[in-house]
Amino acid sequence: MVTFTINERELKAEKDQTILQVARDNGIDIPTLCHNEALEPYGACRLCIVEVTKGARTRIVTSCLYPVEEGLKVKTDSPRITSNRKMILELLLARCSKNKVIRELASQMGIEQPSFKPEYLEDNDCIVCGLCVRACEQVVGVSAISLVNRGITKEPAAPFLEPAMDCIGCGSCFYICPTGAIKMEDRKETRIIYNWKVEFKLKKCKVCGNYWAPEKQLDYIKTKWNLPEDFFDTCPTCK
Amino acid sequence: MRDKVNAIINKYNGDKGQLVSILQDIQTEYYYLPKEALIQVSETMSVPVSRVYDIATFFRAFSLEPRGKHLINVCLGTACHVRGAARILEKIERDLTIKRGGTSKDRKFTLETVNCMGACALGPVIKIDGEYFGQISTEKVDSLLNQFE
Ligand code: FES
Repeated sequence: MVTFTINERELKAEKDQTILQVARDNGIDIPTLCHNEALEPYGACRLCIVEVTKGARTRIVTSCLYPVEEGLKVKTDSPRITSNRKMILELLLARCSKNKVIRELASQMGIEQPSFKPEYLEDNDCIVCGLCVRACEQVVGVSAISLVNRGITKEPAAPFLEPAMDCIGCGSCFYICPTGAIKMEDRKETRIIYNWKVEFKLKKCKVCGNYWAPEKQLDYIKTKWNLPEDFFDTCPTCK
Repeated sequence: MRDKVNAIINKYNGDKGQLVSILQDIQTEYYYLPKEALIQVSETMSVPVSRVYDIATFFRAFSLEPRGKHLINVCLGTACHVRGAARILEKIERDLTIKRGGTSKDRKFTLETVNCMGACALGPVIKIDGEYFGQISTEKVDSLLNQFE
């Protein structure tokens, strides 16, 4: 156990916990976009920055990655943090000027109009936080997509920018995306994920007749868990 | 291609930590990273093909497009620039009828630029297949390129 402070409040926590975890456990709000408890922290969005003081030295770190330490003094809303966070949002807004989530966050910080114009990029919904890629790898275990290219052209995509051959259509990427950048649609018996150029046949429930999950996903689960062939013939509701 | 790529993978005992070196060797062999080779690497080494593609697109040294047999690097660093590197680049572009980053039709040359090779005293300098040629002038370009088969 280590003892330290967040916004002058004394707290105790396990040594390997991050500042963000402890803050959230104690009801202290730190905004995040690229963080998800089910995944390894990644430090992409930089929204979770806080100020930490250790001895005579004060600096800015990402709270989602930084482990707590004995005697650490953390500030989550100092003027320096507020102005830095505002700049981060300005930059995100320049990239995603039409995106609802980003606009809302920006307006919460008092930004109504973007200060910068994106010169080299088209308007985008993706902030390249990597949540889709990480969920596909760490939770689903499929790794159908990755972050490709570098610099301003970096984006989540399927290999060779072709239809993602390993994708099972589970939609985890769609559900986890914080900005709605992944477009997925269930059309009767077909699921389409536009970003990865893939289409899946959905399975029909024997009882209610609803199309409820991609067949490829169900096959994947069946093989992985050694389930009987007819295990998914009925949907969870009818089971 | 299968055997050559397998030999490269075996050279590194299929070590996943050596993926970059393996791709480098493949690129040395084919002057670029052929798609089939990347898929083979993924399958043989049980690395997701998305991961291989991620690495292949991350490093500028890798190319997914076929490249020429010889790689020309024209230095556009400050020292070379003031000594007329831009004119030399233009001359090569005209001679090979390609733009920087491009590959000539006969797949003989690929033309790239760098921003300083650390050989400023030799400027303007170009590098062909790792060999440096200093104090290049537009007149010298033709005979130089002709040396390469
Ligand atoms: S939540 Fe820490 S960088 Fe995104």
